[in-house]
Amino acid sequence: MSNDILVITEHMDGKFSDVSFEMVGKAKELANALGGQAVAVVVGGGVSSNVFASDSTIHIDDAALSNFNPEAYGKVIEALVKEKSPKVVMFGWTVTGMDVAAWLSARMGAPCVAYAKDVRTEGGALMVSSQAYGGKLMAEVAPEGDMAIVACLAGSFPVEAGQGSTAATTIASPVDLGSLKVKFTEAIKPAGGDVDITAQAKLVSIGRGIGGKENVELAEELAKALGATVSASRPVVDAGWLPRTRQVGKSGLKVKPKLYFMLGISGAPEHLEGMKSAELIIAINTDKKAPIFNVAHYGATADLFEVAEAMLELL
Amino acid sequence: MNIVVAIKHIPSIADDLPVKGVNVDFDSVDFVLNEFDEQSIEQAVLVKEAVGGTVTVVGVDLIGELDAVLHLALAKGADKAVKITGDDPAADSHQQAKWLSEAIKGMSADIVFAGVQASNDLDGQIGAMIAAYLDMPYIGGVSSVEVSGNTATVNKEFAGGVGAKYEAALPMVVGVQAASKPPRYAPISKVRQIAQSATIEKVAPTGEASAGITFKKMAPPVAAGHAEMIEGSSKEVAAKIVELLKSKGLA
Ligand SMILES: Cc1cc2nc3c(=O)[nH]c(=O)nc-3n(C[C@H](O)[C@H](O)[C@H](O)COP(=O)(O)OP(=O)(O)OC[C@H]3O[C@@H](n4cnc5c(N)ncnc54)[C@H](O)[C@@H]3O)c2cc1C
Repeated sequence: MSNDILVITEHMDGKFSDVSFEMVGKAKELANALGGQAVAVVVGGGVSSNVFASDSTIHIDDAALSNFNPEAYGKVIEALVKEKSPKVVMFGWTVTGMDVAAWLSARMGAPCVAYAKDVRTEGGALMVSSQAYGGKLMAEVAPEGDMAIVACLAGSFPVEAGQGSTAATTIASPVDLGSLKVKFTEAIKPAGGDVDITAQAKLVSIGRGIGGKENVELAEELAKALGATVSASRPVVDAGWLPRTRQVGKSGLKVKPKLYFMLGISGAPEHLEGMKSAELIIAINTDKKAPIFNVAHYGATADLFEVAEAMLELL
Repeated sequence: MNIVVAIKHIPSIADDLPVKGVNVDFDSVDFVLNEFDEQSIEQAVLVKEAVGGTVTVVGVDLIGELDAVLHLALAKGADKAVKITGDDPAADSHQQAKWLSEAIKGMSADIVFAGVQASNDLDGQIGAMIAAYLDMPYIGGVSSVEVSGNTATVNKEFAGGVGAKYEAALPMVVGVQAASKPPRYAPISKVRQIAQSATIEKVAPTGEASAGITFKKMAPPVAAGHAEMIEGSSKEVAAKIVELLKSKGLA
């Protein structure tokens, strides 16, 4: 057992995601408080790993790890965690981290806290803030036992604190990856052919509150009157009301327009990841407790249809 | 083929979420089907329609109201419904995943579907844990599944339209983000008819697992800031927004 903090970093196309640096910065803080080391873990090749401010960096390279493969990554991380027996293993609560974090927790019988917004020590014990219930509640929880898995929401800690130049030690896979049941077969590229919402100065963004495909037209009209483009939350796209190219958020696109005008979007953490740095955020929502009001600059508790129609008359 | 869908009945986040002590006040909230389970049920039914087989939907009955959800799943094309009489609204993901795994063991599942996550997954998602407990591979964030023989081909989404295609030897667990087609609609008349005729198999919970976390506090997040609220009727709100946008050169 050690007091080390293992950070499972993430990279794609030769670049680490911000959440990797965010976690390394946080891990340093925790390691200081616990008297351990902050160890960055890089799985898979094709990336230069001497970029963290960690106490040490372990880079595991193997041909089977060159693309994200939840089975292979899970096996490698499990073996490493067993060998190092750290105090905390940090994952991103991301599209890749979430494939492994809870799996590892169940495999090892170690506690897992997901949707983590903060991790700290209180009187020597670990305390995690978890932003559950779509951002409506914050739970303060204490993991029991010798080791905890913490899966962190992207954007929770500063990026800079994790950036550095610690030289990585490259090792071979600690487990045999010869007989995997899951095989990566090909990369899927974005469809393209639509407007690029990341390049728009103004977005009118609609959520499930829009109610149906037939109402998307109202948003289109409002967008036109404002010289804006229509974007959306994930459920709108999953329902087939708008194409995937319009989706903002964790599994969509990250946007930073001058105006982000939101109609009927609750403000789930996954949506916020894609738009929270927009310059001016205005949200219309019938639920006065919608989490989006904690993030928007201006808000109104109102019916989106009434407001949109009234705005159209004035524009 | 034996297709299993593990579902989660969760407190609705559409309404207020009152807190009692250090957890949700489960007595004063509505429970609903996890939104991603709608996608996972649809994906399971699509696979059945493509290759044949049986879709069994299984969930933990936390508050004695799971029947309505199971009836809806049957109306949408599932063939069998099983409820585990957990009777504990505070059962965490680990415990539910364990009970589900034990129930699924007897189903000779070729493929297990679960929603990619649920909003109350404080301790992680049941899909990934079921995979661990049943020693099957797991892929989450999936937006399409095709099965051919003993192999599943799944598309996993990363972000912004970027993703990856995988082939997996069955059995496996899939965490569904979105079905390859928007979920079908089940007319209320059909749901009612099924509610009258369908039998739901009851299973006692077996196996124990725990999240291993102690709740110290639960409360609405203390926001660093709050939106400046624009008051008034919808017309007044609209006028104030237009004025604001004009003042900033945005309209
Ligand atoms: C791995 C993963 C990735 C994800 N990626 C994304 C992503 O990229 N982008 C994304 O958006 N989500 C993403 N999600 C989904 C996310 O968890 C939420 O489910 C989603 O953001 C909710 O969308 P919404 O706000 O439109 O819907 P809801 O949360 O259902 O909110 C609808 C809102 O509309 C309001 N409303 C209803 N009627 C009206 C009316 N008449 N007038 C005004 N307001 C009204 C309601 O009060 C409510 O607040 C992801 C989830 C997972 C698990």
